[in-house]
Amino acid sequence: MSDAAHAHDDHGHHAHPAGIMRWLTTTNHKDIGSLYLWFSLIMLFTAGSMALLIRSELFEPGMQLMHPDFFNQLTTMHGLIMIFGVIMPAFTGFANWQVPLMIGAPDMAFPRMNNWSFWLLPVAGIMLLGSFWLPGGAVAGGWTMYPPLFIQGGVSYDLTILAVHIMGLSSIMGSINIITTILNMRAPGLTLMKMPMFVWTWLITAYLLIATMPVLAGAVTMLLTDRNFGTHFFNAAGGGDPVMFQHIFWFFGHPEVYILILPAFGIISQIIPTFARKPLFGYASMVYATASIAILSFTVWAHHMFAVGMPVAAQLFFMFSTMLIAVPTGVKVFNWVATMWKGSLTFETPMLFAIAFVCLFTIGGFSGLVLAMAPVDIQLQDTYYVVAHFHYVLVSGALFSIFAGIYFWLPKWTGHMYNETLGKVHFWLSVIGMNIVFFPMHFLGLAGMPRRIPDYALQFTEFNQIATVGAFIFGFSQLVFLYVVLKAIKGGAKASDRVWEGAEGLEWTLPSPAPYHTFETAPVVK
Amino acid sequence: MKSMWQRAGAIGAAWGVSQSALADYAYNLQPPVSKVAQDVFHLHNLIMLVCVGIFIVVFGAMFYSLFKHRKSVGHKAAHFHENTTVEIIWTVIPFIILVGMAYPAAKVVIEMKDTSNPDMTVKITGYQWKWGYDYLNDGVQFYSTLATPREQIDGTAAKDAHYLLEVDQPMVVPVGKRIRLLVTGNDVIHSWWVPAFGVKQDGIPGFIRDTWFKADKIGTYRGQCAELCGKDHGFMPIVVKVVSDEDYKAWVARKKGTAQAAAADNGKTFGTAELVARGEKVYQANCAACHQANGMGLPGTFPAINGSKVATGPIADHIKVVLNGRPGTAMASFAGQLSDADIAAVVTYQRNAWDNKTGDAAQPADIAATRGGATAAAAPAAAL
Repeated sequence: MSDAAHAHDDHGHHAHPAGIMRWLTTTNHKDIGSLYLWFSLIMLFTAGSMALLIRSELFEPGMQLMHPDFFNQLTTMHGLIMIFGVIMPAFTGFANWQVPLMIGAPDMAFPRMNNWSFWLLPVAGIMLLGSFWLPGGAVAGGWTMYPPLFIQGGVSYDLTILAVHIMGLSSIMGSINIITTILNMRAPGLTLMKMPMFVWTWLITAYLLIATMPVLAGAVTMLLTDRNFGTHFFNAAGGGDPVMFQHIFWFFGHPEVYILILPAFGIISQIIPTFARKPLFGYASMVYATASIAILSFTVWAHHMFAVGMPVAAQLFFMFSTMLIAVPTGVKVFNWVATMWKGSLTFETPMLFAIAFVCLFTIGGFSGLVLAMAPVDIQLQDTYYVVAHFHYVLVSGALFSIFAGIYFWLPKWTGHMYNETLGKVHFWLSVIGMNIVFFPMHFLGLAGMPRRIPDYALQFTEFNQIATVGAFIFGFSQLVFLYVVLKAIKGGAKASDRVWEGAEGLEWTLPSPAPYHTFETAPVVK
Repeated sequence: MKSMWQRAGAIGAAWGVSQSALADYAYNLQPPVSKVAQDVFHLHNLIMLVCVGIFIVVFGAMFYSLFKHRKSVGHKAAHFHENTTVEIIWTVIPFIILVGMAYPAAKVVIEMKDTSNPDMTVKITGYQWKWGYDYLNDGVQFYSTLATPREQIDGTAAKDAHYLLEVDQPMVVPVGKRIRLLVTGNDVIHSWWVPAFGVKQDGIPGFIRDTWFKADKIGTYRGQCAELCGKDHGFMPIVVKVVSDEDYKAWVARKKGTAQAAAADNGKTFGTAELVARGEKVYQANCAACHQANGMGLPGTFPAINGSKVATGPIADHIKVVLNGRPGTAMASFAGQLSDADIAAVVTYQRNAWDNKTGDAAQPADIAATRGGATAAAAPAAAL
């Protein structure tokens, strides 16, 4: 601890700029981590409001609130912002805060690049959101940007392509930083196979990002030149192929799915052992399972395209490879359950979210298995079943892990305990609301309701009304979360250094709140 | 495996029965009326059972642990953290279950993909936002658009039972015949989906994909476009009437009669009032989705026709835009979709409706003259 205090004095002579300039020029991993998380939170409420507008329009059959084109803009932007503006930045925020603290490094490897990779994001965010006010409105072609529909749109489509490029740059720089930090700046004695699972999952995620972001950049660049410079990559009349875009997009898109969930696996793997007071079961198999999921994720992309029409051999290959991913994913779930088994469990808010994650993410995994069966997928592709599936993995999966991680590390970051009662209120409202929104969507999809439609046939009314009610419960309960976080930042019970009785790892050896500069002298791990 | 398969089928049948009792609360796959849809139905039941079974076992164990191994009941943490045997078992068992699932699924994939030996072939083209049907064996060709009136969508009229799932001209097919579908798209990607047949096939502009179905039961089956295709994606339903062989033949004869009458119109000369009246109908069915009933379009997305240079300028240019479309925009070419008489009518309507009081009229003969070479250009698309 004296190291940390000493470090602080040492840096006293670097005059910190105050106010806005502090945040604009900061190269401190903790500041940048906070910036990422605040950005993510603001975007969560923005894209969440869009979801509530969508659900309001879908409360009953008929067009009540908006024009179909605006509805399509909302679904498209909701998807793009939730993925690129909420989940990915939140995980990068965690990585910035936690990776140096967990491996005993003083900061990220490239602090200035770190600043740059954050500050690109608000630029991209403004470009995306600003396009609502451009002629023709925001992009309405779906977050998957399929041509030829995407070729038809107005200027906001070009702006979105540019925004995707900028977000991709930000992700690639962030990933380079994370990989370099993890590989070069671990404390002496902290071998790879001793690293906390969160660090492992982020290392693998960062490689996935570096491998796939350029692919996305290539795909959207071809869209840009098709739109503006007379190329015909995706236009059959000029010798191109619209389906080629889908292959390239999903070659990025499927690993992207794991980019959105592997860090979640990492957070959950930190939390469950803490509150089970028992080491993570099968650490090595967890690492190998994560790596196999990442590698397999490059071989399954065309399961998003079964309805496109592929040769039998391709249909079978992608069906088998997709089903195979269930094996390492199953191993992870079994390991978490085995970690809880014969533990000494307590149920603080982070643990509650982690348990809900294991259960509900598994439901999303099962519906994924159903969708992996190509013949069943033909019936369910582009229906609400798919909407239910990916919201189970992204809301009760990725988002719940983010909530869990915030409650888990917030005392370390702020030095104050959050209000446990309100945390639990937030948990129960979220978990109940989330299931009311998304569970009925399985039925809607099975019964034949296509996704991305602003109006629907009468037999879908009841489940849509239930889903809308759930959406408002879920949406407004996030205000409780905001209140809990703000309250913990302002004050509250003083958090101890270790915070949680069962906490293990370097970050818990630091004072709470963690000083501005930490581990200037590397700790030794035995 | 076989017994599991049959058991799943039995449960599936039971579900089917309970579903008809709860017809309003649609919560399961629609009752299948083709072999493929039947197989998919059973496959889904089977995988659902497997998933529910695994879920109960795994989370039974977890919840047991949550209640028994909690600190508040005084449970002390054990310290084991690996067990190679257990880890191998729970890697191998899921793998075996998956192989068991993959086998029946692969059989259905192969069945779905076998489009050989059809009794008849229909080419289906997706347009923004309607479906075109082209019966290659019987020479019948028509377009199918949403029949639900605007007032029902806007909520000023009561919604009928088949709200948004009704069309002006349904696809008609004979029962018990293998029907091969050639699916494509004209402008963007659409997806032709009828759940009861277990068929969903994307229509990709410039490419043709094939699929097939054989309907086992006479009846009316409804589906929708399943691929986001722009503003009115939610408003291009599919209705397929499965009829007896005789009824099908009668329908083909009727369709051909209508086509001849329409062809005869192309040789006539109409009065302006007559053209405007006919053109208004054509406009509502083909143009109003984008350019709006009031001709004002949607600023920034779809241009207005009321007061536009095209609709008030030289009539020859106006006809060209309607015939050829505007490449690179959502404005499609109507050369292959509308007859000369309909194009003449809609052009005349646009030039005389709202504030466009040009007073001039286009005749079918003018369209035919403008087509000249254009007919040849449009022909390959129509002939596919």
